[in-house]
Amino acid sequence: MDTVFEGEIRYRQYLSSQGDPLSALPVWAQQPEWLTHCYRNMVLARTMDNKAVALQRTGQLGTYASLLGIEGIDVPLGLLMHPEDVLIPYYRNHACQMLRGMPMEEILLYWGGDERGNAAEQQGEDFPNSVPIATQSMHACGVATALKIRNEKRVAVTLCGDGATSKGDFLEGLNVAGAWQLPVVFIVNNNQWAISVPRALQSGAPTLAQKAIGAGIRGEQVDGNDAIAMREAIEIALERAREGKGPSLIEAISYRLSDHTTADDATRYRSNDELKKAWEHEPVKRLRTFLHKQGWWDETQETIWQDEVNSMVQSAVERYLATPPQPVESLFDYLYAELPEQLREQREWAMVKAMKGGTHHES
Amino acid sequence: MNHEAITLLEAVNLALAHEMEQDENVVILGEDVGTNGGVFRATAGLKERFGNRRVMDTPLAEAMIGGLTVGMAAQGLKPIAEIQFMGFIFPALEHIICHAARMRNRTRGRLSCPLVIRAPFGGGIHAPEHHSESTETLLAHIPGLRVVVPSSPARAYGLLLSAIRNPDPVIFLEPKRIYRASKQPVLDNGAALPLDTCFTLREGSDITLVSWGAMIKETLEAAEQLAEDNISCEVIDVATISPLDMDTILASVAKTGRCVIVHEASRHLGVGAEIAATLVEKALMDLQAPPLRITGYDTVMPYFRLENHFMPNTADIKDAVRQTLEFV
Repeated sequence: MDTVFEGEIRYRQYLSSQGDPLSALPVWAQQPEWLTHCYRNMVLARTMDNKAVALQRTGQLGTYASLLGIEGIDVPLGLLMHPEDVLIPYYRNHACQMLRGMPMEEILLYWGGDERGNAAEQQGEDFPNSVPIATQSMHACGVATALKIRNEKRVAVTLCGDGATSKGDFLEGLNVAGAWQLPVVFIVNNNQWAISVPRALQSGAPTLAQKAIGAGIRGEQVDGNDAIAMREAIEIALERAREGKGPSLIEAISYRLSDHTTADDATRYRSNDELKKAWEHEPVKRLRTFLHKQGWWDETQETIWQDEVNSMVQSAVERYLATPPQPVESLFDYLYAELPEQLREQREWAMVKAMKGGTHHES
Repeated sequence: MNHEAITLLEAVNLALAHEMEQDENVVILGEDVGTNGGVFRATAGLKERFGNRRVMDTPLAEAMIGGLTVGMAAQGLKPIAEIQFMGFIFPALEHIICHAARMRNRTRGRLSCPLVIRAPFGGGIHAPEHHSESTETLLAHIPGLRVVVPSSPARAYGLLLSAIRNPDPVIFLEPKRIYRASKQPVLDNGAALPLDTCFTLREGSDITLVSWGAMIKETLEAAEQLAEDNISCEVIDVATISPLDMDTILASVAKTGRCVIVHEASRHLGVGAEIAATLVEKALMDLQAPPLRITGYDTVMPYFRLENHFMPNTADIKDAVRQTLEFV
């Protein structure tokens, strides 16, 4: 028999877990500017995240999906996407959303149970968080189809977790992206856990990146804790999509350092040893160590920046906490472009019921 | 200007072409909609006329059609997706229900999904299994959607224009049993018919018959035959089953005092149940008899050798009318 197809998946990594270069660095990584900027934003994201968890623990935020462990993926992505590109996120991409201009208080508002957290005008055409798993993969293909039809040099970027790659939606997205050569980039945050189910139980495939091969698109695996490798992978994928050279899948290997959400307790299903080990590879410390070794960052800068970030987060929290709830009629007011006559009565009931002593029913 | 007598199917095609001509954001996608012009030919000739960038043969994946449509609509296109048969819409429901129907609401109007999902539905054409169900009530239950069912070529043309121009998601269910059942002159002048409104097809004073889609044919037949016995039926075509225009039905029942609701879909929690419940809530004093429902059974849609047993017929409707009139 003849071999009719062969494929390979390559793994991209520049920095060891100790922050040492494993091979010659790209030219841009031989300068401090971008990497210190990236690092600052990783610290900001993590500080916001710690605060959000604290708010949830004290009853001031709803169930919250921590971003801990995704900083090495989301921050480079947020810095590299163009403003006119479209982000179609899952529910763990707050760091990228912030970098695309979404005010931190809006992120808190979303997790605080308020639709206005999806309404910030700074979000432009970016999608709100997708809670149903993997559905966003195909929305991204729809967005990319629109961009392609209009001949726009813009890219749709979508993210999901490792669990989502088991879903038909993810595979159907890859498939149509390949069939139509869409300007879309899929990034899988393979953080090893889909709530309690480990990566090994999701798929018999040794890599998730190889799912790209079945769809006829390029795929690669990247150390998601290595911001330098992530920038390289993302930059290539964005550029290719923008230039009409087709879609890419990036499997970013990371680790979910938090519980799935604040409603989860990961001690039920994974060992403390595993978690402890994962912290040795985490992205923020890795980049900081590298920057220190290069002499591009020091303890004084760290202290100054941490203070600055703390106060940024604190003022965002204050703005979030000071936001009054929406009026009850907002239930109705955004359902359709124009409220159908048929719903006016219920809208009035809701308003009456919301008033003290009101009754919601017709007389 | 086209003013020939055309079928409901041709009226769909005419409306699609009209809107594609008017608005370059209107695009069509689905299985076999391009070169083949759709399995029923609803999109025949459109790819040749508007090109394959605007008439897209998709890979064979309904969830993906739903998902693509959401993404395209949020980008400002007006995608019209064809689901080949309503029995295959289910993989797309997550996108329709969890995303399209609530995009405007959950982003407080920042993004929206102006899309149309077209699907032929209903029985009576001796089709294979999964090709004959009427599951409109599943979609009619979802806030944020509109569910529209035409019952004639002229209403198919006018309502589809409205569906495409509507800024919110519309599910446009085409009763395939009457796709080619009759012809009617339709003026291709771009005049839309209103959504969210019932159409009174026949005025009457003794009883109100309420139906939609293909069953309008039997309902009108029953009214015609009952007229020979001096029973005067008002016939209302619901047309938009969600949001439901109860005002027209209530006004009619205030006049007639009696109501029979006819639908092909199963009875339990069907749209007929909502109509009957609202009549009882709001028009109890107008009612001279309980509202009756003539519907399909609460069974699986049978294979076609038995499908005529499942579907209401003209005699069933006439019996229900007489029963209602005899109620004291």
